[in-house]
Amino acid sequence: MKKASGKSRERSKPIEKYDLCLYVAGNTQRSATALANLKRICAEHLDGQYRIKVVDLVKNPGLARSDQILAIPTLVRRLPSPIRKIIGDLSDTERVLVGLDFRHRA
Amino acid sequence: MKTKNRPGVSSRHKATLGALPKAATGIAGLDEITGGGLPRHRPTLVCGGPGCGKTMLATEFLVRGATQFREPGVFVSFEETATDLSQNVASMGFDLNALVARKLLVLDEVRVSRSEIHETGEYDLEGLFLRLGHAIDSVGAKRIVLDTIEALFGGFSNTAVLRAELRRLFDWLKERKVTAVITGERGDGQLTRQGLEEYVSDCVMLLDHRVANQLTIRRLRIVKYRGSTHGTDEYPFLIGETGISVLPITSLGMSHGASNEKISSGIPQLDAALGGGGFFRASTILVSGSAGTGKSTFAGHFVAAAGDRGEHALYVALEQSPDEFVRNMRLIGVPLRQLVKNGALRFHALRPTAHGLELHLTTIHQLVEKLRPRVVVVDAITSFLGMGISAEVTSMVVRLIDFLKSRQITLYMTSLNEDGQTVDRAGANISSVVDTWLSLRNVERNGARARTLSIVKGRGLAHSSVTQEFSITSKGVALKTPSSQAST
Repeated sequence: MKKASGKSRERSKPIEKYDLCLYVAGNTQRSATALANLKRICAEHLDGQYRIKVVDLVKNPGLARSDQILAIPTLVRRLPSPIRKIIGDLSDTERVLVGLDFRHRA
Repeated sequence: MKTKNRPGVSSRHKATLGALPKAATGIAGLDEITGGGLPRHRPTLVCGGPGCGKTMLATEFLVRGATQFREPGVFVSFEETATDLSQNVASMGFDLNALVARKLLVLDEVRVSRSEIHETGEYDLEGLFLRLGHAIDSVGAKRIVLDTIEALFGGFSNTAVLRAELRRLFDWLKERKVTAVITGERGDGQLTRQGLEEYVSDCVMLLDHRVANQLTIRRLRIVKYRGSTHGTDEYPFLIGETGISVLPITSLGMSHGASNEKISSGIPQLDAALGGGGFFRASTILVSGSAGTGKSTFAGHFVAAAGDRGEHALYVALEQSPDEFVRNMRLIGVPLRQLVKNGALRFHALRPTAHGLELHLTTIHQLVEKLRPRVVVVDAITSFLGMGISAEVTSMVVRLIDFLKSRQITLYMTSLNEDGQTVDRAGANISSVVDTWLSLRNVERNGARARTLSIVKGRGLAHSSVTQEFSITSKGVALKTPSSQAST
């Protein structure tokens, strides 16, 4: 895979250093706020090296159990390991950065 | 028309009127004291200290629901892992994994750990709701257990959100029409640490276990049951090999039908002195006397007579071994060996100190359920006196009597008096609940010892009021009739 990264660079695709998953429940205002906040924070601090996946638990309720989700919204940083979870609408940027451990990079 | 509410009596009738639909738990005794079970489609709070049996009770509620009432269930564990839970309840004979495989049960393990969660703004617990909803839908669950949801308080710091969500959760459970059991750990000055009782208003049960005289006694009390009458006492319960047994004081109150049938004492002259025919079926008989007055011998005649009628008898031997007893009875011409051989007479021998009072009571309950005897002998009931406060012993005896009466079983108890005691010790405590009371005495006369029998009490019996002499011969107990006594 690492060898293949050279190709990615040629196509100017960023390395997905951060694998983030946002769990929401339907199209609620709070979910929309959380996603907007997440996109903003990532754009400001992660320099394009990230991937965001949004999981709607209303559509996939079984995932709440397998991924141990209780609170909505929940953001899970799957990579880099270890897994980290932060909950809430991500309006407190400072806490998001600390919670996802983005700071040391910046 | 509302009559005086006796715990456990009127509730049964009320339940049949459909005042409040109930979901039977299937737990022995619990449905009797709740008048039919837990409030259907509503949450019930079960609280108590660590190790009090909350999880066991909650699990049995689901297992019985799935196996006896065709109501699948969901167990949501916030503290134990599913593996631990399965192992813990395996001792009660419950195979949770088999129920999961048969789609009768879902085990969901919710892990709550604050260290891995950071809070960054507004949130709710919709994920938990979706998760529960999914679990309920996957097996068509009618019952759910949340054990214990208070663990959420350890995972989320915003208690205002949490409390609002809990309130929403309990309302949601009602809407989903599931009968829920919520467990909670006992807190200081309130029933649960986080005051869950504030949210669960329909039914609250408190479990407790105490050690008294080095014996553990578990108790259950129904603190609240809205819209239903219920027993208000503390009921002892046991966690045994087949699950939980709650021992209600009585499941029938005073309403058991009285029998007119008479059964023989096994001693013809005694039957005559009792007004002919012997004792009433399903009555309670107490034979008291000091050591060596022949109490066990009278009991031996009684079980032999039961054998003659083709009835099964259970003999709870607390003072002498069954072998000795059978031999002693054979020596005075009352053969019991054949009855033992063909299973008509069963002994249950134990040292009274070996178990707690409640365990004895439960053991007797279980034996009665299993052996279905028509007569039960407890020799001697006073053996229990050394084990606890006399009020506790009395209450145990009363429960035993009520239980046996409700099954139309005749109870024959012996009671040991210390020599020279004018008032019978056990008699003074339990005489009011005894139907027939025989007192045996040793008396000195002309340098010889004589035995006498008097019938102190005989409810509904035209009994003799004469103190009669008797002797124990090679053909058993022989009473001297009043006339032959007068002639000597």
